[in-house]
Amino acid sequence: MEQVARAAISILFDGVAYGMLLFIISVGLSITMGLMGFANLAHGAFAMAGGYVLVSLMLTFDLPFIPALLLAAVAVAAVSVLFERFLYRRLYQADELDQVLLSIGLVFMATAAITFIYGPSTVSLKVPAYLQGQIDLWIGLFPAYRSFTIAVGGLLILALWYGFEGTIIGVKIRAAVDNRRMAQSIGINVDRLFVIAFALGSGLAALGGGLAIEIIGMSPTFSLTYLVFFLIVVAVGGLGSIRGAFVAALFLGIVDTAGKYLWPDGGAFFIYAMTIAVLLVKPEGLFGRA
Amino acid sequence: MTELLDNGGGSAAARRFMAGREAWHWAEALPWVVAVAAFFVFPDYLALGTQILIAIIFALSLDLILGYAGIITLGHAAYFGAGAYGTGMLSAHLGWGEPISAMLFGGFVGGVLGFVSGWVLLRYHGLTLLMLTLATAIMLKEGANAAEEWTGGFDGLVGISIWPLLGSFEYDLWGKTYYCFALVVLLLCFLAARRIVHSAFGRSLVGIKGNVGRMHGVGTPVHGRLVAVYTLSAAMAGLAGGLFAESNAYVTLDVLSFARSGTVLIMLVLGGTGRLYGAFVGAAVYMILEDELAKLSPEFWEFGIGLLLVIVVLFFRRGLLGSLDDLRARSMGGGA
Repeated sequence: MEQVARAAISILFDGVAYGMLLFIISVGLSITMGLMGFANLAHGAFAMAGGYVLVSLMLTFDLPFIPALLLAAVAVAAVSVLFERFLYRRLYQADELDQVLLSIGLVFMATAAITFIYGPSTVSLKVPAYLQGQIDLWIGLFPAYRSFTIAVGGLLILALWYGFEGTIIGVKIRAAVDNRRMAQSIGINVDRLFVIAFALGSGLAALGGGLAIEIIGMSPTFSLTYLVFFLIVVAVGGLGSIRGAFVAALFLGIVDTAGKYLWPDGGAFFIYAMTIAVLLVKPEGLFGRA
Repeated sequence: MTELLDNGGGSAAARRFMAGREAWHWAEALPWVVAVAAFFVFPDYLALGTQILIAIIFALSLDLILGYAGIITLGHAAYFGAGAYGTGMLSAHLGWGEPISAMLFGGFVGGVLGFVSGWVLLRYHGLTLLMLTLATAIMLKEGANAAEEWTGGFDGLVGISIWPLLGSFEYDLWGKTYYCFALVVLLLCFLAARRIVHSAFGRSLVGIKGNVGRMHGVGTPVHGRLVAVYTLSAAMAGLAGGLFAESNAYVTLDVLSFARSGTVLIMLVLGGTGRLYGAFVGAAVYMILEDELAKLSPEFWEFGIGLLLVIVVLFFRRGLLGSLDDLRARSMGGGA
């Protein structure tokens, strides 16, 4: 009995850590898709870029883990502004097909470029000593790195919640998600919001990509492999809903982890069946606006 | 339905207009001449040629729903894969390897799946439809992975043995038999597709793509029409899958993958949507380039196709054939 409980706690813990990771990477996609209505399949490529920049910063420039992680996120966010200005914004008014094709093209280019530079195999890095091994969290010993990821995810939720509820930029973004034309007519510079939201989303994705290296691994196929998961988080949670992305990511993380332990062959099938069921009943997602 | 395809309703003028649209242009003979010539000129490349023909059938099936009815899907491999597994399992488990009927069975499986899934999914549109088609195809792939006893799971379906075509043409190492077989199937699929898009039914699809609200307004049963064309398209994709299973004599989960759904979309967009021949040009160009460039460097190929896609979307949205049209129109306009 105690063993079952311990296994359940372990699965739950791993699932929550994985879910937090999915949330960190996907929340930006949810905001940009809610705000700009852009079906950006290349969102995972920004996460991947974050992971590889982190590896380079640590190996080549000998930066410690946490500064390197932050720097990678900022760097990717900065570069993503160029993509937004020169590529994405040209297709805001285009139909979904064009957006899908453009972003698939970007995914291919990113995959190829990273394979060319870093090689096709999985990369690894050396996490600092304080994130290795187990950590005592009163109720028991837990893996330190996953605890760290969960903490980062928790902090981000608080920060995003405050940012969206308590700052003027957040209010503007929420207004534009709800009704872009009305927001524009009352003088909100929606164009600038797009840049800010896109950079923020890409930066968070890069942060998630950096954290992902130790949890789900990082290779040039990362953005294609996990693309569907990011999209599920966004679609099931509801476009533009941070709360929705959080609930969906956590649920997906736990179910997928449990599936891998308990039902290795059929677990994934179950996830897609659930996704379809949710979307059939609520096409706008769990917390989306109809 | 038959009435619609025969253009039975409408005035004599409307009938003449429709018939005029369907008249053949001499240039339409070109791809067939090329395909027949390739058989004699490139005898060493017929295996690749067969795969190109299969890809054209698959892309053609996508053009019916994407190019004409405007249904955007990220999961068309579901029907290709269903056809491939249908044909493959018929041979591997039931021992039936007659190529024509086995391929038709693949088309039947694809069509049934298309009807059932289309009936449900085509009530949605936009991003939701994208997600639903994507999730459906991947769910099917995971289902095939889990149903190892039937599909061979991750290792693939083995034990497919196909009988000689028409009882006399053996499967040969150079792919002559299957090249001819695939070419005939493509011709029949193409004639069917051409008939469909020029029929009143086909024009109503274009109407739905252009303005759904108005088509509802004039009393078109929109959902029924979409399900009908989706089923036809899925059946054609299933035929392509069946041919794929027969010509390779194996089926892996790859036939259901997102990569396959994405690739067929890219091929079609590369050639040009909504013009039937876009599927021919796009699939042939894509697969020949892939064959040549991937040999040199897989990364170079992947980067190149990504870049090409970005350029096509930004500057040549009508694909290779559409851009050719534009170029011709411009040069004629300049000359006059």
